[in-house]
Amino acid sequence: MLYFSKFKVLSIIFVCLFGLFFSLPNFLSNSQLNKLPSFFPSKQVNLGLDLRGGSHLLIEVESSVLVGERLDDLYNDLRSEFRSNNITIKNIDIIKDEIVIEVDNNTNISGLINIINELSQDVTSQFATIKTQEEIAVSNIEDNKFKLKLSDVAIESLRKRAVDQSIEILRRRIDELGTKEPTIQRQGKNRIIIQVPGLDDPNRLKELLGTTAKLTFHLMDPRSNIDNVSRSSIILYSRDNKDLPYIVEKRSIISGENLIDAQPGFDPQTNQPIVNFRFDSQGARKFGKVTSDNVGKPFAIVLDNEVISAPIINEPILGGSGMISGGFSVYEANDLAILLRSGALPAPLIILEERTVGPGLGADSVKAGQIASILGLFIVMIYMFISYGRFGIYSNISLIINLILILAILSTLQATLTLPGIAGIILTIGMAVDANVLIFERIREELANGKSVINSIDNGYKRALTTILDANITTFIAAIILFQLGSGPIKGFSVTLAIGIVTSVFTAFTLTRFIVARWIRKSNPKIINI
Amino acid sequence: MLKPVKFIKFDTHINFLSNAAIFVIISILLIILSLGTLFYKGLNFGIDFNGGTIIEVQKIIGNADVSEMRDRLSNLDIGNTQLQEFGKETDLLIRVEQNSDEEGSQQVVINKITEAIQSDYEVRRIEVVGPKVSGELVQKGITAVIASIMCVLLYIWFRFEWQFGIGAVVALMHDIIITIGMFSIFQLEFNLSIIAALLTIVGYSLNDTVVIYDRIREELRKYKKMPLTELINQALNLTLSRTLMTSITTLLALLSLYIFGGEVIKGFTFAMIWGVLIGTYSSIFIAAPVLIKLKVKRDWSKQERQEQ
Repeated sequence: MLYFSKFKVLSIIFVCLFGLFFSLPNFLSNSQLNKLPSFFPSKQVNLGLDLRGGSHLLIEVESSVLVGERLDDLYNDLRSEFRSNNITIKNIDIIKDEIVIEVDNNTNISGLINIINELSQDVTSQFATIKTQEEIAVSNIEDNKFKLKLSDVAIESLRKRAVDQSIEILRRRIDELGTKEPTIQRQGKNRIIIQVPGLDDPNRLKELLGTTAKLTFHLMDPRSNIDNVSRSSIILYSRDNKDLPYIVEKRSIISGENLIDAQPGFDPQTNQPIVNFRFDSQGARKFGKVTSDNVGKPFAIVLDNEVISAPIINEPILGGSGMISGGFSVYEANDLAILLRSGALPAPLIILEERTVGPGLGADSVKAGQIASILGLFIVMIYMFISYGRFGIYSNISLIINLILILAILSTLQATLTLPGIAGIILTIGMAVDANVLIFERIREELANGKSVINSIDNGYKRALTTILDANITTFIAAIILFQLGSGPIKGFSVTLAIGIVTSVFTAFTLTRFIVARWIRKSNPKIINI
Repeated sequence: MLKPVKFIKFDTHINFLSNAAIFVIISILLIILSLGTLFYKGLNFGIDFNGGTIIEVQKIIGNADVSEMRDRLSNLDIGNTQLQEFGKETDLLIRVEQNSDEEGSQQVVINKITEAIQSDYEVRRIEVVGPKVSGELVQKGITAVIASIMCVLLYIWFRFEWQFGIGAVVALMHDIIITIGMFSIFQLEFNLSIIAALLTIVGYSLNDTVVIYDRIREELRKYKKMPLTELINQALNLTLSRTLMTSITTLLALLSLYIFGGEVIKGFTFAMIWGVLIGTYSSIFIAAPVLIKLKVKRDWSKQERQEQ
């Protein structure tokens, strides 16, 4: 165990140099890093949100709403198709997530089935083996009742599309905030994880995420009054005054889908903050036609079922651009423009979990972690020195190299270092010496049994090896399971713990052993103090 | 030049097993106490498992005023809140119980609180866990602990004999139950990071147990005729110095983290310090005696031949 081939020696030196080289960026400031030549590694340890400050949000896309919306559409389509094809039915209704059609003897059943089949769109399954499938599943429970529901594949595809679109739109919205390196990931079937580091105002982020931003323009319905609303109209309330009702036509003239741009600005006359918008050519044509037909009448600008404003159409708006004024603050106008530019979310989003750390606490945690690690390291090193003398120093050299290796591996893998991760490193400091302790105790024992110095050291290493492996593999298993458990900060703990186990076994069996062997060969001591 | 200090006399002859019965009884009593309190008092679950909101705030100028803050919060109509000073006199931790099953309802609570305090407090941390996620985390936590025990049992079984596997798992269960019991008795907050600490305790306690078992196995091969009790005692004495050295270095490092590592991580570090203590105790006084009770196999000659 005391002989090292040239190759082994070179490998050990190489690994240590690798550690030094790749951990170096962590000890330099940014400006120093920029001055270094390009072949130099520049990756620093990637700090987790709990250390650099930022928001972690777990969001669920409420895709069930979409199923309801699709059923509503189908219901309306069915009714109008039945009417235009002269198919009489007894009743049609939506009960939970099913459309129930009651028929009687006069009903043309085959015609009814034809209409249903025509309305049912092909759904492409995400699994290649099932090619396409009907959207609507029809069951004929009793003789005179048909139940229609969306097929599982249809629901699945609605959900998938909603999540994909949401991710796309969220990305656009968050990019507008101008933050660095946001992560937006799908998780499971209908969840999205958002991680945004270094935010000054997490509430603004949540407002941007929580707004659907569905913009629609509606004509007002002058014939209805509040107690008697026609079936084609709906009561919406003002955004500024929740008690102020507007009766608007259900059908929108035009919606935000046709928007191509929205920018905050100021009304040249009143100097109030406004949002300027522009439609695409199709939208411009539609908008031009409706405004020409309705000059002198009011229309409502509706955002997420709230009326922002209800201006009167003074003249036809033909250029396809216009402005929304609604008593905004500069800040509100700015955010509304962002929301309109990035598009409406297909379904509402709900925040299931939030972990936000302010920049102040993050910086404090980094400082506390540094102090605790340096102090912990120092105390352990002193203790090892007192206990094992010269061998203690050797093991302390390994301990420092060990920490440098952990830093280097964290930097190159770009694994995230969290506050519990720092705890993992500190725990490793305590446990890393374990391998050396096992070996040194074994050497003491062999010496006490009257063996020669070289034999004792040789046996000490040999005998301790299996013990060290067994003991560390079991801890490693725990670390892997912890990694699987995986919420952010705790994952960070398991990562540093696992890396620490590997590096500490490595340093004990190569570096410390190498230093010990060199010393023995050089000075060939007859007695050793250990 | 360097004269090492031996904290533990090398040549110890402590009879650990003569008093084993006493320690086993103490441990059994502790386990009964733990399970009993767990049953009657339950655990003081944090928001990870119960759902809810915590907000850490820092007074911008001067010290925080708990009673004044309590008045402010009570006017907000946000349900049950708890308030405590958090590490420093300027810092407060606001805890709001989840008062609705509706996901996302807690965001309203946060808005109300931040609005009410933002003039003179800085929000340092917000954590919200909704009912769905907290339910999932409970499940994940339990699975993780059970999975780790199973994996470890398999590994030890594979590397040693089944008696060792059982002994290690008995010691592990002992550590986990008493640690959870302590959280129940003192009603300390039990959250996801405590589960992480539990798994680390599993790793650490096992580390200790494995080192001792390794030695017992070695002695079993060396001394085929020595009475089992004497043999295990000898193995315990031979590894004692190492057991204590490693425990002390780990404890020193953890203590440094406990004292200087900041308030956020205190619960986690505390659980681990406790775990190192109980893990060390159990590998000597529980894991080893179990082997005697299970009558571990004496004839290792066959395996020895295979290995050579």
